Amino acid sequence: MENTDSRHVISVILENESGALSRVAGLFSARGYNIESLTVAPTTDPSVSRMTIVTSGSNEVVAQITKQLNKLIDVITLVDLTDGSHIERELLLIKLNRNSQAKHDKIEGLVREYGARFLDTSDGTHIVELTGSGSALDAFLDKVDKSVIIELVRTGASGIGKGSRVLSY
Amino acid sequence: MELSTAFTKSLTGAEMIPKSLSDEGVQFVFGYPGGAVLPIYDELEKQDKVKHILVRHEQAAIHAADAYARSTHNVGVALVTSGPGVTNAITGIATAYMDSVPMVIITGQVPTHAIGQDAFQEVDTVGITRPCVKHNFLVKNVDDISVTIKKAFHIASTGRPGPVVVDIPKDITTVKGKYFYPKSVSIRSYDNLKNKIVDGNLIEEIVMLLRQAKKPVIYTGGGVIFSNAHEELKSLVSKLGYPCTNTLMGLGGFPGTDPLFLGMLGMHGTYEANMAMQECDVLLAVGARFDDRVIGNPKHFFREDRKIIHIDIDPSSISKRVQVDLPVVGDVKEILIRINKKLQTISNVVEHPDSVEKWWKKIEGWKNRDCLSYDRDSKIIKPQMVIEKLYELTANEEEVFVTSDVGQHQMWAAQFYKFDKPRRWINSGGLGTMGVGLPYGLGVQLAHPDSTVLCVTGEASIQMCIQELSTAKQYRLPIKIINLNNRYMGMVRQWQEFFHENRYAESYMDALPDFVKLAESYGHVGLKVEKPSDIEGAIREALSQKQRLVFLDFITDQTENVYPMVPGGKGLSEMILV
Repeated sequence: MENTDSRHVISVILENESGALSRVAGLFSARGYNIESLTVAPTTDPSVSRMTIVTSGSNEVVAQITKQLNKLIDVITLVDLTDGSHIERELLLIKLNRNSQAKHDKIEGLVREYGARFLDTSDGTHIVELTGSGSALDAFLDKVDKSVIIELVRTGASGIGKGSRVLSY
Repeated sequence: MELSTAFTKSLTGAEMIPKSLSDEGVQFVFGYPGGAVLPIYDELEKQDKVKHILVRHEQAAIHAADAYARSTHNVGVALVTSGPGVTNAITGIATAYMDSVPMVIITGQVPTHAIGQDAFQEVDTVGITRPCVKHNFLVKNVDDISVTIKKAFHIASTGRPGPVVVDIPKDITTVKGKYFYPKSVSIRSYDNLKNKIVDGNLIEEIVMLLRQAKKPVIYTGGGVIFSNAHEELKSLVSKLGYPCTNTLMGLGGFPGTDPLFLGMLGMHGTYEANMAMQECDVLLAVGARFDDRVIGNPKHFFREDRKIIHIDIDPSSISKRVQVDLPVVGDVKEILIRINKKLQTISNVVEHPDSVEKWWKKIEGWKNRDCLSYDRDSKIIKPQMVIEKLYELTANEEEVFVTSDVGQHQMWAAQFYKFDKPRRWINSGGLGTMGVGLPYGLGVQLAHPDSTVLCVTGEASIQMCIQELSTAKQYRLPIKIINLNNRYMGMVRQWQEFFHENRYAESYMDALPDFVKLAESYGHVGLKVEKPSDIEGAIREALSQKQRLVFLDFITDQTENVYPMVPGGKGLSEMILV
């Protein structure tokens, strides 16, 4: 019964209550499950939050993860987005040094190529924003000259099912 | 929840708590007062519907409430103060959580404005209890108290039961708010998991698989007891004539004296139960979870040609350690009723009676191994003999409850005492908490004042909650303590003998108290028993003292081990035998 680890994106609707996030985070650490990223925010219904968890594990482990999540009293419903077609996006904010014109020209080219945006220019720095799949962000970062990166921050992935795949409650 | 004022009353938060408990029908609340809960205690004192039982340590309050719940099918209730009251309660809460016991624990908290200030006796109760409760609440508004308590009872007692903590800051117990105790509550994120009807085709499939079995085993756990499905299990097993085995938590779910019963299975299960479990071709698992103490190494347990049907109310218990072929999520009782109904319509239920007969012959062969034998002519008291005598002398009583602590004595009690009814065997299975035995006795004796309550313990375990001898005195609880005193932490000693080359590191119990004098100093009766020929007389004497707690201190063989034993990490059929 060989079974290799695979990546899963789980979307969770849960009660928007204090402590709900730590119940989820605590579950992952207590049971030793992997957690690559976790994002959460309220939705149009202020009584609930929607969470996207990126995890990896064998089919058995991922089945346990979804069962254990469902067992949490605050969890209303969930879906494993990787079971079907879906879209994932994450956000990158990167602060770059613009002292060198040559390097700056190269950055401008990359920003155009990847559909990124300049958000701020101050104190000899640029802040660039890029939204995309994790791999698109990785590809972009690969091409940025490391010597101009001052700092960067990435959110985890947010995911949503395509077409009629709707996580309703 | 919108409430019309006609149904609400204005009460202080503290007044609401005993009121909610009495509206819920709670009989006892086990607890210990302290600063943060003083207003609640003040109100408890003013009413007489809910009786408060004062223990000597918060851990014992939780254990006693837990045993009350296990022995009655009601929710156990405890009340402790903030900070150390809560940290002392944790062992009790984790014990109840591991064994799925329905409980509501009300904890005092420092005033709302002081939360997060490192206030005196402040601890993050919701945070510290989170991993060992089914759910917990911090009540921030006095108007929410009664509904939150109702929700706690609802969550604790439905689905797979478990403990629920309600943390109540002191300031909201002193202000007035609206009181309304709802008859029922709905929780959208919880109730949608319940009441999923099991598909009729699945019932057909289970019945088909059971009928086709050639080497069947029915293996059941605590789920049968919690769902009150013992009668349905008995009819199913009797109708099929298949062998049945129980886990430690499941003992009493099927009659221990029934010829179809193979005894307990697992690490210290019988040879026949473990061999049958390993070699069966169809396994029906009911309200049990294939844990490490039950099936040993799952890789060794795996068999290509065995079909497993697993009925459990908790989906996460299914295919967790062992992949099953037919998962059935739902209430054990309801599903067994449907299986039985289906079987009733069939005349020849067993399709391969010859094979099943051959299977029974094989099992008889395993039984003949007499795996629980011990030296009955020993000059030193053998602990097994004490339990056997205890069973002999109490078997005819209508209502006997046995609580135990954790260790060798627990296993001997499980092996040698035959439980014909559910909820009579009260012990800590999952967490394995030493010290539960005596407080468990308190809870059981309060719930069943006219019944015989036996507490089988050892000299190490009993000392972990020995202070409860005082509680037993205060409430006149005539528990019979059976102390199997071998001057060692017996199970630790056994593992050291088997796996650490007889190096008995820190397992010798030096400087033991004189238990007879200790019992007497608490106002009880103590008896020391040193000869096998005195066992029966001492037990008879203890049983005749209907109004008194009797502490029987049996000086037993230090070298006795529990057999059979499946060493950790080994397969079920790889037992060490006597």
